Amino acid sequence: MRLGVLFSGGKDSAFAAWKAMGKEEVACLITVVAGNPESYLFHTPNLHLAALQAEAAGLPLVSVESAGVEEEEVADLSRALSLAAHEHGIGGVVTGALRSVYQATRIQRACHELGLWCFNPLWLRDEEEHLSEVVSSGFRFLVSGVSAAPLGEAWLGREVDRGAAGELAALARRHRMNPAGEGGEYETLVLDAPFFRKRIEVLGATREFHGDHGIYRVTDARLVGK
Amino acid sequence: MILLVDLSYRPGSLSFDEFVTPVEKIVQQGGHVTRIRHFTDLTGQDLASADGVILCGTALADCGYLDRVDRFAWIPSFPRPLLGICAGMQVTAKAFGGQVSPGLGIGLAPQEVVVPDPLLAGRDRFGAYELHSLSVLPPPSFRVLVTSPSGAEVIRHPGRAVYGVMFHPEVRNEWLIHRFLALCGRTDALMGERG
Repeated sequence: MRLGVLFSGGKDSAFAAWKAMGKEEVACLITVVAGNPESYLFHTPNLHLAALQAEAAGLPLVSVESAGVEEEEVADLSRALSLAAHEHGIGGVVTGALRSVYQATRIQRACHELGLWCFNPLWLRDEEEHLSEVVSSGFRFLVSGVSAAPLGEAWLGREVDRGAAGELAALARRHRMNPAGEGGEYETLVLDAPFFRKRIEVLGATREFHGDHGIYRVTDARLVGK
Repeated sequence: MILLVDLSYRPGSLSFDEFVTPVEKIVQQGGHVTRIRHFTDLTGQDLASADGVILCGTALADCGYLDRVDRFAWIPSFPRPLLGICAGMQVTAKAFGGQVSPGLGIGLAPQEVVVPDPLLAGRDRFGAYELHSLSVLPPPSFRVLVTSPSGAEVIRHPGRAVYGVMFHPEVRNEWLIHRFLALCGRTDALMGERG
């Protein structure tokens, strides 16, 4: 089955794409770019890098813009999925949803209305084990956004290697935070993945931090050989 | 040993980790040995050695199991507890003479207990995650234990611990699977066998 992966550029959707590639044919990545940083459905920091990530993976990217208004996001999602079905002949969609019933419900409805299959290969995974597996599987990613008090400014732009994953897990246990960031505690940007032909090198970035919220915004990046 | 049956479109499918693995984890956390088989690969030996069977759900768009209902002819004569989840409820109902018809349910929905049962742990109402495009018309002899706006949600054989559950208990209602396991009796060491 030809599938499109709903892709945010973060670790979960990239890992879901990799899982899907082991079972079916991934034909494209699909991104909904939300103008609203508080988007209910779509991860937002650094979505402008999705095109570079798609190029690294050697996959076409279907990108649709959304105002990021709560219930209009579902219509924007449907528009993106419909476009992917039309342009790339996909029969189903893959998501990196781990536990969010809110997100899963809306994506399942959109897929059903378009006659598309929906796959959530990370569904109900233990978040701590998941984070560890993503790191040990060869994904390289950094923290591109934080919105939880235990994660201070020092986490912005930090690469999540084994040590950092262990620290996140420990913080999660201590502060009742989701270790995989499923509750939006932090966002990630994937720089390299087992299915990338090239990796992303960050050449420039800015950090913004206010209260307990922060964003690491990549302003310049390029692809380099692996 | 608790036998988990994968109803998805092919063995080792992309739906496996979404619908079978979460149930496997709950059963193993309950201290039970698990064995997993795709519905096309089930053997008499698998069934004979199972203390209970859980038929897992599959993707919303996946209805292939309904083209192979002959593979579920063993259900009426299986002598021990059985729990059919979503697609599993559909094939269980059909095996006993019930029917399925179009009936959509996606997302959290209120559940109302209409007939108390040991499976339901004394609950009157609860919310549950539904993911189905078909609903079940239960076999005439079955009791409807729980209903939601989209129809019969939990059904039971009149005399045996044979249940169908339309919602997905592995999402936010793990307690129901643990109650089912208690009906299966024996608790074993934590270990599993997948294939």
